[in-house]
Amino acid sequence: MSLPIAYRASGIGYRVGDAEILADVSLEVGYGRVLALVGPNGAGKSTLLGVLAGDVAPTEGWVALDDRPIADWSVRELARRRAVLLQSNAVAFSFTGREVVEMGRAPWLGTLAADDDEHAIAGALEETDATGFADRPFPTLSGGERARVSLARVLAQDTPVLLLDEPTASLDLGHQEDVLRVARRLAERGRAVVAVLHDLSLAAAYADDLAMLHHGRLVAHGSPAEVLTAERVEEVYRTPVRILADPDTGRPVVLPRRTFA
Amino acid sequence: MRARRTTVFAVLTALLVGGILASLALGQLPVSPQQLIGSILQGLGIDNAWAPDDPTLTDALWRVRFARIAMSILVGALLSVAGAIMQAIFGNPLAEPGVVGVSSGAAVGAAAAISFGAGALGGWTVAAAAFVGALLAIVLVYLTARSRGRTEVVTLLLTGIAVNAFAGAGLALVLFMSNSASREQIIFWQLGSLNGSRWIDVLIVVAVGLPTLVVGLALSRRYDLLALGERTASHLGVRVERLRVVSIILVALMTGVAVAFVGIIAFVGLVIPHLVRMMLGPSHRSLIVGSLIGGAALMVWADLVARTAVPLSDLPIGMLTSLIGGPFFFWLIRRNRAKAGGWA
Repeated sequence: MSLPIAYRASGIGYRVGDAEILADVSLEVGYGRVLALVGPNGAGKSTLLGVLAGDVAPTEGWVALDDRPIADWSVRELARRRAVLLQSNAVAFSFTGREVVEMGRAPWLGTLAADDDEHAIAGALEETDATGFADRPFPTLSGGERARVSLARVLAQDTPVLLLDEPTASLDLGHQEDVLRVARRLAERGRAVVAVLHDLSLAAAYADDLAMLHHGRLVAHGSPAEVLTAERVEEVYRTPVRILADPDTGRPVVLPRRTFA
Repeated sequence: MRARRTTVFAVLTALLVGGILASLALGQLPVSPQQLIGSILQGLGIDNAWAPDDPTLTDALWRVRFARIAMSILVGALLSVAGAIMQAIFGNPLAEPGVVGVSSGAAVGAAAAISFGAGALGGWTVAAAAFVGALLAIVLVYLTARSRGRTEVVTLLLTGIAVNAFAGAGLALVLFMSNSASREQIIFWQLGSLNGSRWIDVLIVVAVGLPTLVVGLALSRRYDLLALGERTASHLGVRVERLRVVSIILVALMTGVAVAFVGIIAFVGLVIPHLVRMMLGPSHRSLIVGSLIGGAALMVWADLVARTAVPLSDLPIGMLTSLIGGPFFFWLIRRNRAKAGGWA
């Protein structure tokens, strides 16, 4: 059974002055799938995520969410349809972790879904393993703890579409895996998840599809095995690599070649 | 947390009511509690035996003391809530109308209106001119001090210095161009005083102030979301651009109408929201309600000190609040520097 398409993007281009940040990017994001956006620093991943979020208006091309142009959605409607985790998650003033997660429920204020607030907040804290420090002031948390509380806020928003910009940054190995397991579980429940990831092996292990950006262009889009060939990774990342197969899952593992002369 | 909030609100309200009662009873004009109650009842249209026989006494109480107390409650609440809202939109706990020059801007507007004769057209003109001055100042600060949704402390304070200096020069210019009667008025703005508050002024402050307080309170949940940063707030359904514009106008109205009638009273909007945050946390609903009551209480007590501390003279209240607020501000800077190496 195939679920409907969440995002359709066609010929997306974004330029600031002479700088071309994105050029001719076309892709689809289906419900029930995890799409990983990968690529070197400055490839345009965050900008593309911003376009999908509706923050950045592309200078060329068009994007539709649920077959409706993204620009036609109101801020309130979008807040109930998609949640966004940004890279920087500073919080002004000493709100506690739990208060921050509660803010994720704001779009549902005054709707029937608001009855579910307590449950959604507790569940989100549980899933990100953040319950233990939820009552501490956000500014006193460590980088990894802040990242988990912020992710919990996004989960509490309980939207069909999730856009995550480097959700695993500053997390330890165990919590990185946890975050992507959560993403997988959401996809299995029919949500669409788009995540910017730097760790190619991690992306390959958990994502259904990979989209690789390089200099603002989509250089490959498909299953992890299709996208992650040694030649392509070497060309895009400018470092020699070897692609292995995970002994358990058969998914590609990217291993940089580290020979010391 | 809910019990704590109730306790704090109860204590603040008790402070406010205590301050009002003390202010009613104390002053140059000696009155007994019975006379006071009688006079209030009489003023409300209830004839009673306690009312003072001397009509000039009743008149003086109503015309002078009661109006002044009402004005102090309003101005304290407005300045304090204006501070809380500024801190929310600047994402910075040091933003305050007095500190960053919004009050000075308002004072220039009001002084210019008086000096150029618009004062003759009534309190509304002065208040409107003060609003325009405050609005110009806050827009200037907002445009220059913010980058990428945040305001760094250093930038904010430097901008404040610049705006205050500029407004100071404007005030000096108006002073230079005015006749002696207007000059006295302008000196009054620089120091701040509740002396001479009239009911007609109080009515204007009520008419402008109450709606702004209600709107500010209605926006409190959105201010919470703004603490996550502008982009994230917008992802959660806040129309950030509109919120900013509305908030800037609110602060300019609150500061403008307060400054128009009582001059520059600095630091109330800094000290009170900070204390409320320390007691109740940063959530803006309780912060705004707490600041409203706390600011009113502070101003009532401060004005009582201002008019009774030295017999037969009226201290400038702006001087008093700065005397307390200055060191407090200094302590805030030190504390936050020690904690986080400044703010980001």
